[in-house]
Amino acid sequence: MTDKIDKGSAATPPAGPGASGATPYEAIKAIPVRHYGRWISAVVVAVLLGWLVYAFSQGKIIWATVGDKLFDPSVLSGLGNTVIISVSSMALGLVLGILFAVMRLSKNPVTSFVSWLYIWFFRGTPVYVQLLVWFNLSLIFQYINLGPIYKNETVDVLTPFMVALLGLGLNEGAYMAEIVRSGIQSVDEGQSEASHALGMTGMQTMRRVVLPQAMRVIIPPTGNEFINMLKTSSLVSAVQYPELLRASSNIGTTAGAIMEMLFVASIWYLTLTSIFSVGQYYLERRYARGSLRTLPPTPFERLKANLNMFRRTEVAK
Amino acid sequence: MTAQPMVKAEGVHKSYGAAHILRGIDLEVAPREVFCLVGPSGSGKSTFLRCINHLERINAGRLSVDGQLVGYKQKGDKLYELKDSEVAAQRRDIGMVFQRFNLFPHMTAIENVMEAPVMVKGESKAVARERAIKLLDRVGLGDKGGNYPTQLSGGQQQRVAIARALAMEPKLMLFDEPTSALDPELVGDVLDVMRDLAESGMTMIVVTHEMGFAREVGDNLVFMDGGVVVESGHPREVLGNPQHDRTKAFLSKVL
Repeated sequence: MTDKIDKGSAATPPAGPGASGATPYEAIKAIPVRHYGRWISAVVVAVLLGWLVYAFSQGKIIWATVGDKLFDPSVLSGLGNTVIISVSSMALGLVLGILFAVMRLSKNPVTSFVSWLYIWFFRGTPVYVQLLVWFNLSLIFQYINLGPIYKNETVDVLTPFMVALLGLGLNEGAYMAEIVRSGIQSVDEGQSEASHALGMTGMQTMRRVVLPQAMRVIIPPTGNEFINMLKTSSLVSAVQYPELLRASSNIGTTAGAIMEMLFVASIWYLTLTSIFSVGQYYLERRYARGSLRTLPPTPFERLKANLNMFRRTEVAK
Repeated sequence: MTAQPMVKAEGVHKSYGAAHILRGIDLEVAPREVFCLVGPSGSGKSTFLRCINHLERINAGRLSVDGQLVGYKQKGDKLYELKDSEVAAQRRDIGMVFQRFNLFPHMTAIENVMEAPVMVKGESKAVARERAIKLLDRVGLGDKGGNYPTQLSGGQQQRVAIARALAMEPKLMLFDEPTSALDPELVGDVLDVMRDLAESGMTMIVVTHEMGFAREVGDNLVFMDGGVVVESGHPREVLGNPQHDRTKAFLSKVL
């Protein structure tokens, strides 16, 4: 991987002057440094990978089962549930995160303390414990009673989905609050001064000036959080929510194909995280507007550039 | 000049903790006047400017703009602090231009100029855009409306910042060393815009090191040092024939 990047950057300079091409000159012809270490390490890595693949192919795994069950209806429904619970928990976490970050930075000591308490508790206890607490909440509150407006048995309200949403979302909110807070604090103070000087109120300044600029700092760790969430959501199988891991391992136990079904789950998790990584790249690009003179190339543009580069070097040879 | 002063300061003090920055400032700025504040760094001139639109809270004295106390209201003999929204309302009529421009980097030049009229005055985008185009034209940047601040030179950014402040149609403009962060060859363009603004009758308070500008455009000049007004008068008098030793010492270094 590093090998590839090194080659890429080493090959760029000759392409640069060729592109500008205003003043003709004779490029330096020198024998490049030989990287013997790279060749040796590449061979070592290839051998190790080959051995790993061989070990798995000889193990007691029926690979055909992996292929057969990859698109099994219950696996696909588990996959759907994983996406639903991850996206909705992340959305809840994001909303709570912004809310508690603004509260944490507020001049009001009460809101600031409430926010501190929330972050302290939900960041300080394991999410697995929190899920189990939500799951067993009816042991403490038998009814959810909002006076004349609403009354219901807690067990009926806290479906597996609600337990999962509250457990993951509230936990995520505590982490997001810290991420959003660091983003807000990264924005230059002159920005809110300029906004105030124009007569904008604190809320307008936050919404129109500070938060949009904080997004640039907030998005990369948020992407990380979301990819984490996709994987952490596997924990909610413990509270009866039929997500991907639970759906897969159910088949695994009944069909006696435990390892196979774990592979099925892994393939889908990898697919999901890969798709969302690409999405994150485009989101970061969107919020880089105004802070970079030229936007970085999209993966597609970069691919095209790389292909052109190969073509050019071949011509040079 | 019998008209009510645009800005009136009486015994204004400001300290940050133990640091006593302003030690009793008394001055009056008349409407349509170009009022220059000069002095060595740390003399408190920028701090005083920031007190005028309540970016800094004064510790003692009285400071009023157009007859209205800044940041407070008086009922009987009691002073009440203004709410955030009331302070914001006071600031609408006071434009400010910063040394570091402070344009909003995530908005284009024209969006920067449109932002406050749309958000604060509730103007329609069409009306705000029309005025923004005129204002950018006036500061010589009619063709740069679609550019983001990073795509503009320092001088261009500062002129957009002036247009942004003017979009609120203020009755008073504060300039906090508007040319100090600029490359020398870009200073002229910004000063031209300010000169043009002064000719149009805008009341301006300018903290500056540009003595040429002060002498040529200024109606009044105050030399500050150590948090007090050392000397004041017509710029040509103060700059040409300073009375105090501190003023003489300072001017001999900058002129």
